[in-house]
Amino acid sequence: MIDILQLLVFGIVLGGIVALGAVGVSLLFGILRFAHFAHGDMMTLGAYLAFVFAGILGWPLPLGFALALVLTIAVALAIDRTIYRRLRRTAPVILLFSSFGIALILRSVIEMAFGPDTVVYDTAISTPWTVGGLRIKPDHVTILAGTAVLVAALHLFLRRTRTGKAMRAMADDPDLARVTGIDTERVIAWTWIIGGGLAAAAGMFLALDTRLVPTLGWHILLPVFAAAILGGIGNPYGAILGGLAIGIATELSTLFLPPVYKPAVAFVIIVAMLVWRPTGLIAGR
Amino acid sequence: MELPGLLSFLVFFATFAGIYAVFALGLNVQWGFSGQFNLGVHAFWAVGAYTSAILTTDPGGAHLGGFGLPMIAGLAAGILLSALLAVLIGLVTVNLRTDYLAIATIGIAEIVRLALKNEASLTNGVRGIPGIPKPFAELGGDAPALIFLAIVAAALALVFLAIETLRHAPWGRVQRALREDEAATLAAGKNVFRFRIESFVLGAAIMGLGGGLYAHFFAFVSPEAFDPLLTTFVVWVMLIAGGSGNNLGAVAGAFAVWAIWSGSGFLTELLPIELQTRAGSLRVLLIGVLLQIILLNRPNGLLPEQTPRSARD
Repeated sequence: MIDILQLLVFGIVLGGIVALGAVGVSLLFGILRFAHFAHGDMMTLGAYLAFVFAGILGWPLPLGFALALVLTIAVALAIDRTIYRRLRRTAPVILLFSSFGIALILRSVIEMAFGPDTVVYDTAISTPWTVGGLRIKPDHVTILAGTAVLVAALHLFLRRTRTGKAMRAMADDPDLARVTGIDTERVIAWTWIIGGGLAAAAGMFLALDTRLVPTLGWHILLPVFAAAILGGIGNPYGAILGGLAIGIATELSTLFLPPVYKPAVAFVIIVAMLVWRPTGLIAGR
Repeated sequence: MELPGLLSFLVFFATFAGIYAVFALGLNVQWGFSGQFNLGVHAFWAVGAYTSAILTTDPGGAHLGGFGLPMIAGLAAGILLSALLAVLIGLVTVNLRTDYLAIATIGIAEIVRLALKNEASLTNGVRGIPGIPKPFAELGGDAPALIFLAIVAAALALVFLAIETLRHAPWGRVQRALREDEAATLAAGKNVFRFRIESFVLGAAIMGLGGGLYAHFFAFVSPEAFDPLLTTFVVWVMLIAGGSGNNLGAVAGAFAVWAIWSGSGFLTELLPIELQTRAGSLRVLLIGVLLQIILLNRPNGLLPEQTPRSARD
């Protein structure tokens, strides 16, 4: 029993990270109609930028995280301006392919700058707390608290601001949103700000939880897609629940599968969802 | 028979580019003809390569196989197994829209890679399978390399002629119609499901052949070789650069992109030694940037698709 609870803790931590990535993927898919394959490598970028400030320059971790978040958003906006925006009028599949290329560009730049080896934020080893037989790392608390704050901020943005409402409208039905006079370019820019920022946070949290390698984001990309599909494309709240479900399912799978096949869990969920209920568990598209 | 260095490099280059061209043609059947976005080229590549490797190596390895069969049997089995995998995948994914198909295929391909890495009794795990025979290796010198080039050229020509014929046939016309407008094709009474599966499986079979050729060319396969980057992505860039839908374009794209890739290898060798370990990343960066330039400026490729005229024009 304690094993299952322990796996649940790991699953919720992983699920929160996946959820942060999936919100961006889901909104981008809903608004721009393409699967953003560079999302994983945007997470990696955020994680390495945080490493520059917190690891190399030795600044406090929260400051490093904040700066990395802002810089990742700037990079996301720059990529959209220089490349994606010019491809928007062509078939969405060209955008998808372009984003696959962007993913490789980001990863190769990171590899050139930092090398292929593992790096960590902090050399100090944090001892886990034991709570009723459960081992909980301080990092896990940081990650969960950070995720909760970001999700709450996202919720307020989507519900209380005009831009947030416009964004939900566009993700729900882009054509209808356009004819009601929504400034689509503005909403798209804000989608990159939200998506890029949450991706950076997800990357930093993942690096905090595991270790930082250039393929960090690539390996989490399929779970992120799975979460976005599970929650219904274009539905950010669904993406959060989808992320938690994927995280928990992935960790619990080790009860009956060899751990090397953990990444396969997300994929099985993707295929099952696409075949059985392509609109997602919560009504979406 | 000894060829001078440059000539022997050209033979190597042409053989490898020819193998890539086989993959580009396979992908062209799936994407160029029929509009199915397969991001799992490396799965079929790996299945073709491993099947041939297991069947043709000598017995005695720690893994399954070592049947010592001739190369032609290995290639044929690789084609068959690759097609079989495509049928299984196709039955599940055939109705998926482009983006979902891309996600599903890359997911399946990653599972294939996980299995190759971890099912050591079948594939020898991360150590890979060495000693895959090259035909006529006993002749020595440069003769085996030249013969292998001839084999690849023959395979490429065969595939090219076959699918070029299909492209002009009614089958190719239905595939194009399906790509452009599925509802209209359905309304015209075509079995959309069957035509989709057929092009997906045909493309995968061609990739299985390419995988087999690759295994015999390098005499060694390991899971590392099937990184989605150097396989699926490069083949896609080749097809887009050459002109998807156009078979000649696919072949031209394969040779052009492979020339750029090889050329960039020479350039990075000029870098200071301490930077050379990161040269691989620089080359990937170059290909990634090249792709963006092509997509922005020549989205239809070097040789855009020429739709064949129907007989009545």
